[in-house]
Amino acid sequence: MIQFVADGIVFAAIISLGAIGLSMIYNILRFANFAQGEIVAAGAYFSLAVVALMGAGVGAIGPLAFGWPLLVSIGFAIVATCGVVLVVDWLLFRQLRDKNASRITLIMAAFGVSLMGRNIITLLAGGDPINYAFFIPRSVEILPGLRLVPDDLAIIAITVVAVLALHLFLTRTTMGRWMRATAENPTLAQINGIDTRVVIRWTWIVGTGLATIAGALQGHIVELRPEMGFSLLLPMFAALILGGVGNVYGTVLGAVFIGVVQSLAVAIGLSAYREAVAFLLMLAVLLVRPQGLLGARD
Amino acid sequence: MTAILEVRDVVAGYAPTLPILQGVTVEVAAGEIVTVLGPNGAGKSTLIKAIVGLVPISAGSAVFSGRDITGARTHELVREGLAYVPQTENVFARLSVEENLALGADFERDAIAERRAKVLELFPDLARLGQLAAGKLSGGQRQMVAVGRALMSSPKLLMLDEPSAGLSPKLAQVVFGQLRRIRDAGVTILIVEQNAKAALGISDRGYVLAEGRERIHGSAAELLDSPEIGELYLGAKSRLARA
Repeated sequence: MIQFVADGIVFAAIISLGAIGLSMIYNILRFANFAQGEIVAAGAYFSLAVVALMGAGVGAIGPLAFGWPLLVSIGFAIVATCGVVLVVDWLLFRQLRDKNASRITLIMAAFGVSLMGRNIITLLAGGDPINYAFFIPRSVEILPGLRLVPDDLAIIAITVVAVLALHLFLTRTTMGRWMRATAENPTLAQINGIDTRVVIRWTWIVGTGLATIAGALQGHIVELRPEMGFSLLLPMFAALILGGVGNVYGTVLGAVFIGVVQSLAVAIGLSAYREAVAFLLMLAVLLVRPQGLLGARD
Repeated sequence: MTAILEVRDVVAGYAPTLPILQGVTVEVAAGEIVTVLGPNGAGKSTLIKAIVGLVPISAGSAVFSGRDITGARTHELVREGLAYVPQTENVFARLSVEENLALGADFERDAIAERRAKVLELFPDLARLGQLAAGKLSGGQRQMVAVGRALMSSPKLLMLDEPSAGLSPKLAQVVFGQLRRIRDAGVTILIVEQNAKAALGISDRGYVLAEGRERIHGSAAELLDSPEIGELYLGAKSRLARA
């Protein structure tokens, strides 16, 4: 059983990185960004492109099946993906915001960006699955009855570091304080001298950065497909809702819940229904606590 | 008299075809406390929101410290010395009192400690509330945080929308007393109020708006003695509207 819990936490680590971006965008831009999956996928493909350009494979550090080349590629991919996302925001979402577009209009626009993004990735990279490098993961026994691939542990560690860094960013920096203020009351934020356009840009950058890490890690341990982000979208939204919409820490908790429950569903022989089981339990939790695990009641 | 704020024939509203302000002129001189009075729906709050750029101005102009600020972006005006305390939702409820205060001076971080000390001198109760979420405070404490945060930006002009709303008469008196102290410290104040007697009691001059137009203006003493003001606040606003 502990093995399945651990597997679920690895999955949760990846979806939580993607879902945090969803949460931040919902908090500050006030819409559900259905293009978040394509941000995850774009990040993965940019990372792959850098790895391919460097021609050194993904490298290796100790027992890990990846090394500095993959980590460096993630850095470049974050810059490239943020660039694309900021251009899309400037061309589309900012225009809609300036015209006081309704929330549903923004959601539909995000749907459009999602479809376009997936098709552009397919056009440029093809529709077939791609791997960074071929490797056979070798698991090691961590505890009796628990074997993990070192890469899985690295993914959990990277996620923990990213979430801690985000926590420090939100609580200890001026921009973090501006983000929390803008999320709560954008008008009052402006009255306090906060340029909410700058805050919005930083929101995209932070959310996209984390989503790019999620995409590259998911691409590394599974594979890259144009629809890889779209298939993560539902668990990401589930984590967001379960954790308490807009609560970054709740989103991580929600991701752990979804990941572990899906994995336990496999353990009890409900592999084909693992998503249904996870969502059924999510609905049960929401019936008891409609605001989500860490959400505040309005 | 050097005007720090000159609002000239301003027409403003949320929709261009339905202006709430229909040609309002208000002047505030440096060092004054000026009160804008009027019944509900007169356009008092809209006036302040138009000045700070939250409501679009379709005609007329607003000049602050000699610069035309008509259509300027809100966050820029704060940095030029224009502070605004809204009537409701005037604190960040999920942020601590300390964070609320710091937000007021985030664009001049070197000055935070010095300005915080001045604010705490004015509102000493805030010192013990520092780490508490502002949403957990009473109405009076929230008002102190809101005014304190506005003062953290070291404003030349402080504008307050109904600072006594929701407060007990005793607490309202405390707030007005503090506003007088703030003015004595060199900050010009523009107040929008329904509590005419208390607000005019600390003011130098006042304006009365009705149905989006300026109806009367004069010294605070003149307005306090004006039978028309009494009628207005007894509900006989139709006479003013026709004037």
